[in-house]
This record gives sequence, structure tokens and C-alpha cells, in this order.
Amino acid sequence: MENIENSIREVTKKLLSEKKVDMIIGYEQGTLPLRTTPCFVDKAEDVQKLVWNASCDANLSKHVVGRKEKVGVVTKGCDARLIAVCAIEKQFPRENVVIIGVPCLGVIDRKKIEAKLENKEVLEATVEDEQIKVKGEGFELVLPKNEFLCDSCLTCKHRNPPIYDMFVGEKAPEITEANEFVEVSSLEVKSAEERWEHFKKELSKCIRCYACRNSCPLCYCKMCFVDQTMPAWFGKTNDLSDTMIYHIVRAFHVAGRCVDCGACSRACPMDINLRELTKKIEKIMKERYGYEAGVSLEEIPPLGEFKMEDPQEFIK
Amino acid sequence: MKWKVIEKSKMPVLIGELAKEYEVFVPVKEKNMVSFEKFSSGNEAYLDFRNTKKPPKEVFFPQTETLFTHRIGRKDIEVVESPAVREKRVVLGVRPCDARSFVLLDKFFSSGEHKDVYYLGKRKNTTIVGLACNHPLSTCFCTSLGGSPFGKEGMDLLLQDINDRYLIETVTERGKELVKKFPWLKDAEKANIEKAKKLSEDAENAVKSKVSVKDVSEKLDRMFDDPLWDQIYQKCLGCGVCTFLCPTCCCFDILDEEGNGGKRVRIWDSCQFSCFTLQGSGHNPRPSGKERMRQRIMHKFNHFVKNYGESFCVGCGRCVQECPVNLDIREIVGAISTRPRK
Repeated sequence: MENIENSIREVTKKLLSEKKVDMIIGYEQGTLPLRTTPCFVDKAEDVQKLVWNASCDANLSKHVVGRKEKVGVVTKGCDARLIAVCAIEKQFPRENVVIIGVPCLGVIDRKKIEAKLENKEVLEATVEDEQIKVKGEGFELVLPKNEFLCDSCLTCKHRNPPIYDMFVGEKAPEITEANEFVEVSSLEVKSAEERWEHFKKELSKCIRCYACRNSCPLCYCKMCFVDQTMPAWFGKTNDLSDTMIYHIVRAFHVAGRCVDCGACSRACPMDINLRELTKKIEKIMKERYGYEAGVSLEEIPPLGEFKMEDPQEFIK
Repeated sequence: MKWKVIEKSKMPVLIGELAKEYEVFVPVKEKNMVSFEKFSSGNEAYLDFRNTKKPPKEVFFPQTETLFTHRIGRKDIEVVESPAVREKRVVLGVRPCDARSFVLLDKFFSSGEHKDVYYLGKRKNTTIVGLACNHPLSTCFCTSLGGSPFGKEGMDLLLQDINDRYLIETVTERGKELVKKFPWLKDAEKANIEKAKKLSEDAENAVKSKVSVKDVSEKLDRMFDDPLWDQIYQKCLGCGVCTFLCPTCCCFDILDEEGNGGKRVRIWDSCQFSCFTLQGSGHNPRPSGKERMRQRIMHKFNHFVKNYGESFCVGCGRCVQECPVNLDIREIVGAISTRPRK
């Protein structure tokens, strides 16, 4: 980790001093244990702030959309895939972004740690290889890192960016055997009524803060459908029907684009697992079109074109 | 008698009795989340929390509230006001920071010519039973904003956890009336009161996080065009986590909804949203995150100070804990307070 951190500082310093980029977007230490925060560096001497660790959970591709400057971005597998999707969707010219690929062994899900500790608060934490050591008032615990990673990381198939301009460190071994749709399958076996009840219960917690939308690099619409007021397209109350239509339409809007970076679920303050919706759609895209978003800049996204051999059994 | 005690094991009895006469809101735990819910036979109060995920402001200021309904007839338009909440309410288990937020919200909703009847109506009927904070979190900074872990502001009664029982301190007349309904409550012993005093001192010392707001309002007066705003907003996602989980944030939007005829509702709004103050003409006076972040800070630490004499923040730390990108308001206020005077 430390080596990667040093290498990140070296390459970003070079990029800035040689004026190859105007700005580096990376992570710096946060104000709380196990937190980092996005960091924007435009002076070569400031690259010392940059860190790399298992708490680098923000999806930095979010901060690329809308920028005019040329930027270098510290990029995990999921971030790189989203840069690719946004570039395909012409949100910025690909050449405006220098993808500094880093191998990622998964990011820590602080909510899982909070759940484990119940009312105890982590005041200090260190992460070493496979262990997370947490300390607080009157307790000290060693947690196996693998049990406290984000769900999306546990079955991630792209721990190394599939697309990058430079790569820092050694490639991480990819997970090949894990079934990434295991959560989806457990919902699929339920009856429609059971699923409806499940989603009703989950989504009734929603407070319409839009952290799921705003943390998503793909939610770059200048005016989100839900914010349309002239006329209003959808209700904005926290009445369940309004909330549900928001989440359903949002999930549809990222169909064929979502790479399951998990940012939405991590951002949700109410612990709603929004991935349950998007992962199902990802599965459909894989089954029907053999498509995985963000792994190629050349392949045209299936929902962006029509092919004669597209499955179209719905036309009777 | 100002001081009573109740064994913890008797709390369900007390809450059950309260619920016969009042609509009672208590912290309820579901999975890992504690939030205020209306007490019923289907749930139970959970009082061993650090703080609730959502603040209790929604008891008075619900996220969605119908203000009135209307029906358009052939000749006239009939407007039907929403019925006022008449039930007497008790909110039990409110932490001192959140109870203080009610004092600030009261100022906001009752000042000037236009009184907010929806908020004040519910507030008038409600007794607040606070719960002192023995174990503040590392993100708590209430003592910097005029509060304290055993503070009584905004409460009618204050429960103080002294191990196996709660010491009940009467704060207001209304609190006294409530205590009278439970003649079986025992009088506190001197040792109980002393124990609580010690816990209160320990808790006060345990609030390690400090923010200096002393000169912040004055400095903000001259910081409208400060380069600070260009930096701090960059990582902000523009979501509503900080404002919706804030016990004092109370901006709202008004919508006209189709219904049986139609209804006018108000919903929570957030200054961090891109359509906040978006005008009918399409003009937005706060076009980017920069202006919106400035608005949040200005409202809390400058405008409110000018209008009501104190900051619009109680230091509960929810925004610090829950911000998806760890944008920490303590750092922003710190940066302002250490700004040299111009």
C-alpha cells in the first residue's frame, strides 16, 4: 500500500510539473478514522497530501464530468470503467483524462464495522494486509478485512482498471470464482409479492436526499427527471409511491451503464442497499447482450444501438 | 420535588402509561439504525443509543406535510385547511443537542409577522423528555455551540442515566405536570444527584472536538467573495445528507399535488440541491455548488446569528459522520475562524 502511495505521489508530481495535466484528483486523509476524502491538487509540491489505502472509497470519476481542465485521476477498476462509460457518452474527451490506474483489493465498508461494534465508536484504526485493527474507548479489536469490505468489492471482477494510461504498483490478482449475482439470485427465487414487500420495506426508509444519485458518476444529467418542475414529471414527497418511482426510474437510467462501483449504497445514510436494483439490471445486460459496461472504449453500448440479432422475443 | 428516579426496568411501564394519554415518540432500533418512531404495541423504546440517525425535527416538521386541500367547484374554489394536530404529544429520549435545536427552530418558525402554524401547532402540544448524553461521540461539538451533554435547553424533563436507573430532573412547569401523573415515581436520593453531577462533568470533558465560532459571523460578513468558497465545494456531491440529517435545517419547498381536487404540500428542501432557489424564469442565483455551499455556511453562521443572536448549528455531528465524501463542517468553520481579519 505504502509503495503504491509513494508511486502515486511520484507520477502525479511528474504529471503536474511537466504540465501534462492541470489537476490531479486523488484522495487525502479524512477527518475520521477509516475515511479519506477527495482531493484536488494543482501544485506539484502538494502531491504529498495524496494517500492510497482501503478507505479510498469515493468514486473519483464523479469529479471528472463537467471539468474543462485536463486532469489526472487516481483510478480503481470501477472508477476507470466509469471514466470509460462517461467518455463513450461524450461527457468529456477521453484525452482530457489521464487514468492513473491502481490495483484495488476492495474498499472497507464502514457501515459493516459500525454494525459489528454497535454503540462503540472507532477512534483509531490501522489496516494491515488482511486485518483491520480498530481501537476505541475500552476496546481493541482485530477484524478480518475480507469480512468488512463493501459487498460490491467482494465479487468485483475488475480489481485492476481495464483501461488506463499509466499503472501504479503490481496488478492485483483478479477474483474469478465468485458469483457476483448471488444477491440477485436470492431475490429472484422469491415471489413477486415477496419482492414487492421487500422493496417497499427498504425504500420506505428513503429520505429523498439523493445521495445515491449525486454520488453516481453516471448521474450527470443537467436536470434530473425528478427535478423537472415545468411541468413536474414525478412527485418529490417521501410518500412511498413517489419514492419508489424515483428509485425505479433511476435504476432504469443506469441500465447498461452501471458498473456496480457501490457508490450509491455507500452514500445512502439510511442503509438502503440500492445495488439490489441495479445489480439485477446488470445481470440482464450480461445475459441478453453479453455486455459489461466500461471495459472497452470501442464497443458500442447495446442500449445505444440496434442489431438484427438482438434478443427481441417480446415482439410477438 | 424537582428530582425523581425510575429504575430502567420500569421505563416500559412509564412509556406504556404515557401512551394511553399522549402520542409518544421514542427512539426505536431497527437493524443498526435508531430513529424516532411513534410508540405502539409493535415497537419498543431503545434508550442505549449514542444518537439517532435522523434528528427528531420531523415530529414538528415532517418531511412531507399537506398544508391544505382544495376542490374546484362550478362557481367557487373550496379550500380545506389541514386539521391541526390536537393530540398531546411526548417526545422521549431527545439528546440535549437535538432539544436545543427545537429552541432555534422555534425562533425561526415564530419570528416576525408570519407564524408557522403547522410547526407551532404541534410544538405547543408537545412535552420534551430529554436524555442526557453520558458518552458523546468524537464528532460531537455541542459545547462549542452553547450546548452541553447534560444541557436542559428545550426540554421539560431531563433523564440522566445513572447506571441502573434514570434520574429525572424537572425543568419546566409542563415537565412538573407530567411527573405528577406518575405518583409511583420515587424521590431521588442525594447520592443519585451527586452521581449525575459527576457524570455530567465527565461527559462535558469527553467532548473533545472544539470549533471556534466566536468571530465567524463577523468574518463571514466580509467573505462573500472569498477564494475559500472556490476550494471547499469541489468535493461536495450536492446531495442532501448534511441538511436532511441536520436537526436545525428547515428549508422547505411548496408543491401543488394532484389529488382529490388538489393539495398543497410542503417538503424538505436542501440548499445543496441544484434546483434550490431555481426561479420560474430559469435563473438560479446560486448556479453552482460554490454558491450553495456558501449559502449553507452563511445561513448557519452569519444570517441566523444576525437575525436571532446565535449560530444555527447545535454541534450534533451528524453531517460530519454521514457526509459521503467526508466534507467536515468543523474544518470549514475552522478555516473561517482562522482567517486573518481584513
